Amino acid sequence: MSERKHLIYDPARECMSRDELTALQNARLIETVKREYENVPMYRSRMDAKGIRPEDIHGVEDLKHLPFMDKRDLRDYYPFDLLAVPQSEIVRIQGSSGTTGKPIVSGYTRNDVDIWSEMMARTLTAAGCTKEDKVQVAYGLGLFTGGFGAYQGADRIGAMVVPMSSGNTQRQILMMKDLGVTLLCCTPSYATYLGETIRDMGLVPGRDIKLKAGCFGAEPWTEEMRIHLEELLGIDACDIYGLTEIAGPGVAFACLEKEGMHVNEDHVIAEIIDPVTEQPLPYGQKGELVFTTITKTGMPMLRYRTHDICYLTDKPCDCGRTFARMSRITGRTDDMLVIRGVNVFPSQIETVLVATQGVAPHYMLIVDRVNNSDTLEVQVEMTEEMFSDTVSHIEEVRRHITEQIRSVVGITAKVSLMAPKSMPRSEGKAKRVIDNRKL
Amino acid sequence: MIQQLSVFLENNPGTLRAMTEILGIGGVDLLALSLADTQSFGIVRLIVSSEQMYTALGLLKDNGYIAKMNHVICACVPDRPMGLSELLSVIESAGLSVEYMYSFLRAYASGTALMILRMNDGNLAESVFSEKGIRMLSQEEIDSL
Repeated sequence: MSERKHLIYDPARECMSRDELTALQNARLIETVKREYENVPMYRSRMDAKGIRPEDIHGVEDLKHLPFMDKRDLRDYYPFDLLAVPQSEIVRIQGSSGTTGKPIVSGYTRNDVDIWSEMMARTLTAAGCTKEDKVQVAYGLGLFTGGFGAYQGADRIGAMVVPMSSGNTQRQILMMKDLGVTLLCCTPSYATYLGETIRDMGLVPGRDIKLKAGCFGAEPWTEEMRIHLEELLGIDACDIYGLTEIAGPGVAFACLEKEGMHVNEDHVIAEIIDPVTEQPLPYGQKGELVFTTITKTGMPMLRYRTHDICYLTDKPCDCGRTFARMSRITGRTDDMLVIRGVNVFPSQIETVLVATQGVAPHYMLIVDRVNNSDTLEVQVEMTEEMFSDTVSHIEEVRRHITEQIRSVVGITAKVSLMAPKSMPRSEGKAKRVIDNRKL
Repeated sequence: MIQQLSVFLENNPGTLRAMTEILGIGGVDLLALSLADTQSFGIVRLIVSSEQMYTALGLLKDNGYIAKMNHVICACVPDRPMGLSELLSVIESAGLSVEYMYSFLRAYASGTALMILRMNDGNLAESVFSEKGIRMLSQEEIDSL
């Protein structure tokens, strides 16, 4: 497809000149730092420790002087100590998994929900969505931001929303077919699974299924998977990026050029830093992605380290947007895994094992992708305490561990019981993850 | 009741051989054996003489195996059609249940087969069996096989 018609939700913002954008970012950053300093004791003391006063920040150029924030902060100041407004101003809580047993949560003011909705409206519009479209939301609707984000964006555009949430594939396809759904939002692996099931059912995309585009994200995927998905469903498959800490999906989005994702730079400032020296890196250079929110009021994030590795580019895009683009995520600076769209840290699994009676804290995680769906195997050592001469007793122990992992991490793992002493011991940095997915 | 040894095995090629080899080299004589396998693991249950029980347990633990000793019933069953089902009828009418069961490797007396039974309630099963005239072997009898 050569000549594309690029739809832009808010051309005044999305296509503004670099100078105008920088001026806007400067003003909004100064305002945000001031509010954060005045209202969040944790960040004030962190700035004080570095000898930085709000009046030292004159704009984006001074961003590098500000202290970082990290996922750890959301755990340590859980649930409300990072709020910059009274709790009564919070109209929504969204959350995701933390690094240990506890989830992390983010509080949204009415303003924050509006900003997020706007970012998602831009995202969906960039994929070709208008009020004539029917948008099926097959991301989970709940604490996870995927479902609500897609719903709010489509609602803002005035499209017809079909809020399916995740799972129940047969019913998803039934609605898609009967309602003539044109746009799909879910994880790329679930989209692939839907596509294959559609074909297995003898339905023909283009004839029985009217999909024209999809916004897929929340898990890493490759350009090959994206092209496969486009062919499978006969659609434009667009990558989206987001995280609960910053807003949710829609922080950055691909346009129909499908060359990287435009960062909503009037709401967030993106930086790439060297994860070791913590120094900012220029455009084009790979490093850790860091975000600063400049319009969020509930729980603003300043220099939030995502631990995602990618690069940024400010090369002009043929779609006409001036927002810089981020590349696909190519890795992590920590050991976080994304399994079926859920963030999983090995330390969470360890927390569960340590807390489970009779289970040794030695384990191995094997991640794979079978039939386009991620699988997690947790290998645990058999212990005297867990062992019994009857299969049913051991199976009960295994079910118990599976259930504990599910309740903390949020995904069902296959627990395998291994011979004693067969798992790596913590000597310095034991290798605890084998990821067999081709990503 | 008699002593039984149960051992945890990973469900991988060679694990059963490796374990029996360790016992074999240590001179342990297996009187009965059963293997319960699931998709991911196996449990081997063994009957050895009480003299060799601790030798076997020691060998296994020294080699890093998880092994446990517990008690099971060794019942005599008439070696003819319906022999086993008659025993099971006794168990059923007493409201008991069998958790697992396997037969002895070694012959005992002509016309008699030996079954190892792990019951949900071993003591109750023993008294029911005596009442119904089902003969059970003692540990001493096992040791002199």
